[in-house]
Amino acid sequence: MKLTGRVWKFGDNVDTDQIIPAVYLTTGDPRELGRHAFEFARPDFVKKIKRGDIIVAGKNFGSGSSREHAPRALMGAGVSCVIAKSFARIFFRNSVNIGLPLIEASIECEEGDVLVVDLSKGTIKNKRTGEVIGFQNFPEFLMQLMKKGLVNYTKEHLKRRK
Amino acid sequence: MPTISEKILAKKAGLKCVEPGQIVEAEVDFVMLNDVTGLPAFEVYEKNFSTFQPLIDKIILIPDHYVPNKDVRSAEQARSMRNFASRHHINNYFEVGRGGVCHQVMIESGFVAPGRLIVGADSHTCSYGALGAFSTGIGSTEAACAMASGKLWFRVPETQKIVVEGKPKQYVMGKDIILNVIGDLGVSGSLYKTMEWYGSTINSLPLADRITISNMAIEAGAKAGIIPPDDTVFKFLKGRVRGNYTPVYSDKDAEYADVFEYDSSEMEVTVAEPFLPENAKPASEVDVTIDQAYLGSCTNGRIEDMRAAAQILKGRKVHQNVRMIVVPASTEVQRRMVEEGLMEIFIKAGAYVAGPTCGACLGGYMGVLADGEVCVSTTNRNFVGRMGHKNSRVYLANPYVVASSAITGRITDPNDLR
Ligand code: SF4
Repeated sequence: MKLTGRVWKFGDNVDTDQIIPAVYLTTGDPRELGRHAFEFARPDFVKKIKRGDIIVAGKNFGSGSSREHAPRALMGAGVSCVIAKSFARIFFRNSVNIGLPLIEASIECEEGDVLVVDLSKGTIKNKRTGEVIGFQNFPEFLMQLMKKGLVNYTKEHLKRRK
Repeated sequence: MPTISEKILAKKAGLKCVEPGQIVEAEVDFVMLNDVTGLPAFEVYEKNFSTFQPLIDKIILIPDHYVPNKDVRSAEQARSMRNFASRHHINNYFEVGRGGVCHQVMIESGFVAPGRLIVGADSHTCSYGALGAFSTGIGSTEAACAMASGKLWFRVPETQKIVVEGKPKQYVMGKDIILNVIGDLGVSGSLYKTMEWYGSTINSLPLADRITISNMAIEAGAKAGIIPPDDTVFKFLKGRVRGNYTPVYSDKDAEYADVFEYDSSEMEVTVAEPFLPENAKPASEVDVTIDQAYLGSCTNGRIEDMRAAAQILKGRKVHQNVRMIVVPASTEVQRRMVEEGLMEIFIKAGAYVAGPTCGACLGGYMGVLADGEVCVSTTNRNFVGRMGHKNSRVYLANPYVVASSAITGRITDPNDLR
């Protein structure tokens, strides 16, 4: 699967309170949450985001609260994947379980660059610089889960048990 | 040889042994949800699993973030939990006035015990490690799945051994120990890992302080923060715990990813400056005027914390420019505050005492900060905008510091209080 999108750059330790402020936690609807993504931290984000855009961040992306509202808000806003040096663990779990692709990699790029991410091959190409880097995919079980979603996985498991 | 995390995960996965990095599917003992993470989980459940009966004995529902309902939307959110509980006949639902902050209620109500595997749709679920459980925060979709199947996938974490020796100075609490350790390791220093705590300091700490330490393990990025259970824990559980339990300990030659050693006698009363819990600094070196002093949360809202703050406030007054807000972590804590006369001390000092809720800890209500305001708080996070306006500032500290600062109007080491 290939994803193409413009880069939104973030630093280290982007916490879930920044991704979706607690005042909006009275709904679980991705589209509604998406309207408030980064509302306080980067007010221009929701105004300018285009479907397919990619977040590129530093260490520990998604730290803090367990709110699944965070990856839901990013998906709702149109983010196609998040590339970071590392992810906070609950954010990581949530994203895998609901199918927001995550990539652990360190890449050189600038805000607005266009990246082409090939999830199956494990490569990221920067269209401006032409540079291509490889990344290590997650273990097979998690890749399957990311594709299928935990809900479907659990349904199959329950049906087998029945 | 296995650590506590490896032993618990292996047992619950029905495997003889597991290794760090391995992905296992394990049977959980309990799944806890609160009002905020509950709503999306119930939606996922009803949409996908409505033909399956939820595993009601494993499910615990505790509204705490926005209850008592702060507005119409939160009222509807809380109602979705109440409805889910009654539709599926879930007994373990803790209504307003009979509950409190989810983690405190989980521990007080006897769900938490050594050797158990507990997940909760809240990041501070790691608190239960203080009683020797493997507990960790999860999301809403997976909470829904766990309610249906009783199982979840886990990546077996590496374990860090953290040894704290020595006798702490006066007014140094569990909070100061964990702030110092996070200050040293950084907010991602324990990412994906379990912190396992040892040493004479930890052994002599009351359970309340141990819970503070395990509670904030997530603030170093950890998956769990486990303290090997001892008599302090067994005594607490007597007459309280539901069901049987088997304590689990690491083998003598267990393999650790890292070992860190600290001397608590060298630690000062500490605050963490905005905007990360790793910004630890001696309270005496911080010279900041405050607008609000907040005492509460799952980190430091227990009766022991209330006593500590009351000890400082007794016979003194909250500074004229400061609002002090006291929020007990549970109805049980609140009841004991009344019994022990602490309520009176706080009110006479000029503090506002609320009922149990998460309140302003996450910027919900009951003490939200305005533009530019400064709060010294016993909570666990000082992120940008965590307790209100994005230009407000939160300093994390122990209950002695919060009470002392409330009196002077500036961040104050209780040792400097005249
Ligand atoms: S008191 Fe604060 S940290 Fe604890 S569960 Fe509530 S919002 Fe989370």
